[in-house]
Amino acid sequence: MKQVYLDYAATTPQSPEATKAMRPYFEKHYGNASSLHQFGQRAREAVEASRQNIAKFLNCSMAEVFFTGSATEADNLAILGVIKSSKLHIITTAIEHPAVLEPIKRLEKLGEIEVTYLPVSRDGLVKVEDIEKAIRPNTVLVSIMYANNEIGVVQPIAEIAKIIRNFRNSKIQEIITKQISNSNNQYPIFHTDAVQAVNYLDCDVQKLGVDLLTLSGHKIYGPKGVGALYVKKGAALEPIMFGGHQEQGLRPSTENVAAIAGLGAAIATISNRKSQIANIKKLRDKLLDGILKNIPKTSLNGSADNRLPNNVNISFSGVEGESILMALDQKGVCVSTGSACASGSLQPSHVLMALGLSHQQAHGSIRFSLGKYTTKEEIDYVLKVLPDIIKRLRAISPIK
Amino acid sequence: MIPYSKKVLQHFNKPHNYGKMKMPDAVGEVGNLICGDIMRLYIKVGKNAKKQEIIKDIKFETYGCLSAIASSSMLTDLVKGKTIEQAINFDRQEIVQELGGLPPIKIHCSVLAGDALLEAIYNYLSKNKKPIPEKLTKRHQQLQKEKETINKNHC
Repeated sequence: MKQVYLDYAATTPQSPEATKAMRPYFEKHYGNASSLHQFGQRAREAVEASRQNIAKFLNCSMAEVFFTGSATEADNLAILGVIKSSKLHIITTAIEHPAVLEPIKRLEKLGEIEVTYLPVSRDGLVKVEDIEKAIRPNTVLVSIMYANNEIGVVQPIAEIAKIIRNFRNSKIQEIITKQISNSNNQYPIFHTDAVQAVNYLDCDVQKLGVDLLTLSGHKIYGPKGVGALYVKKGAALEPIMFGGHQEQGLRPSTENVAAIAGLGAAIATISNRKSQIANIKKLRDKLLDGILKNIPKTSLNGSADNRLPNNVNISFSGVEGESILMALDQKGVCVSTGSACASGSLQPSHVLMALGLSHQQAHGSIRFSLGKYTTKEEIDYVLKVLPDIIKRLRAISPIK
Repeated sequence: MIPYSKKVLQHFNKPHNYGKMKMPDAVGEVGNLICGDIMRLYIKVGKNAKKQEIIKDIKFETYGCLSAIASSSMLTDLVKGKTIEQAINFDRQEIVQELGGLPPIKIHCSVLAGDALLEAIYNYLSKNKKPIPEKLTKRHQQLQKEKETINKNHC
């Protein structure tokens, strides 16, 4: 049967470049990167070469790149590592990934912090003014994702960073004028989860103006089980795991050398991507236009303009998402849904609900996410099989 | 992906007895949009050779996942031709068994189908001012109450 993978936002296939980079570190150069002997040094070289690739990509120094076991871990470190005492305040958004929302909710539940969950517009965008209004003297962390995993909407990270910088500067001014000694002028720390953005957007941390940035291996054609956190020099972060001195003590654990090497190779292949992005966007627009034009009662979720070039998120009126997903799966087309039935929680996507969609719209949503291996033939095939599936399911549905 | 039996996929891909029924004798509807599934069941009542009332025809319309659609389809197959009394006592576990099993999280789809049947029969009996068994009245009241209290946090 034909197989069409349109779930790149869930995970990407691993590129041959990444696999090749990983291969020597299983059976040949198997040393522990902390060992002083030659086996250890081989492994160390791989880890540092990968770090260099990432530092180059992010335009930061190597000492500011920390490897983790996943992006979820990097997000947890960014959040839990900043909170050192209670009665502090965090700002985030209603549409963050669970890897950000859940550690924050945990701190909130323990009564250690107060949280402002910023709403988003119908388009899925945060209002920059809302952040300005939400910042308090005890705000220690602002965590706002670069691009959303479900709807692909891109937040104005650089603009938000500017507001945070201004707030810090006003704090410094206050310290100077009142001549009080205060060392907390580095707060709030600004974190962004850039997991979905890395493939498509500029991740130069100097331009973005962020203090912490999360990235993942398996969303960029690299291996699963590896992530990284950019930590700006001077940003006060404490470890959340305790053990050895690896990663400057911030993330103890023997380095997963092969995965780190794979991540480094994956990130190196992202440069020079303009033509690839243009191609993906062309196919995405073809898919989007084809669905909206040929299938009645469909609507795009999230901004059409401020959006990753590989994401389509559509609500099909009168049909539940998991049934669409399963029908497509039987035709070989692999997608995902924001419907509750698929999640196991019986709650529809928190992202779609935050946009102000009705339950029906949220339950009837399908995410198609394209990637560098997506072809025109695949998109044509989806556009061929999808209308009949929707028609068939609508004929069964009581909602007309 | 959740493994589904061949039978479940068959009923999902080619469901039996679906669509709106013209001039039904009664209709039962359960579920809600908040939870993401709605089942509507139409029945026509006739009589068998022994002059007992039977479900002569049955059709469904379902908004929901694969399991909800397959459960609805299987239900219509299983109760078509049954007497009203048999239908009231229909064991909804039969749906799961005949489908060759459902993942644990999808069992509620078969429960929903069973309730849709009970609601349709309740509708028929009350419309025609026939005696309603206490068990049926109880379940009906329970379902009505659930409908009223349902909110975002309750599925």
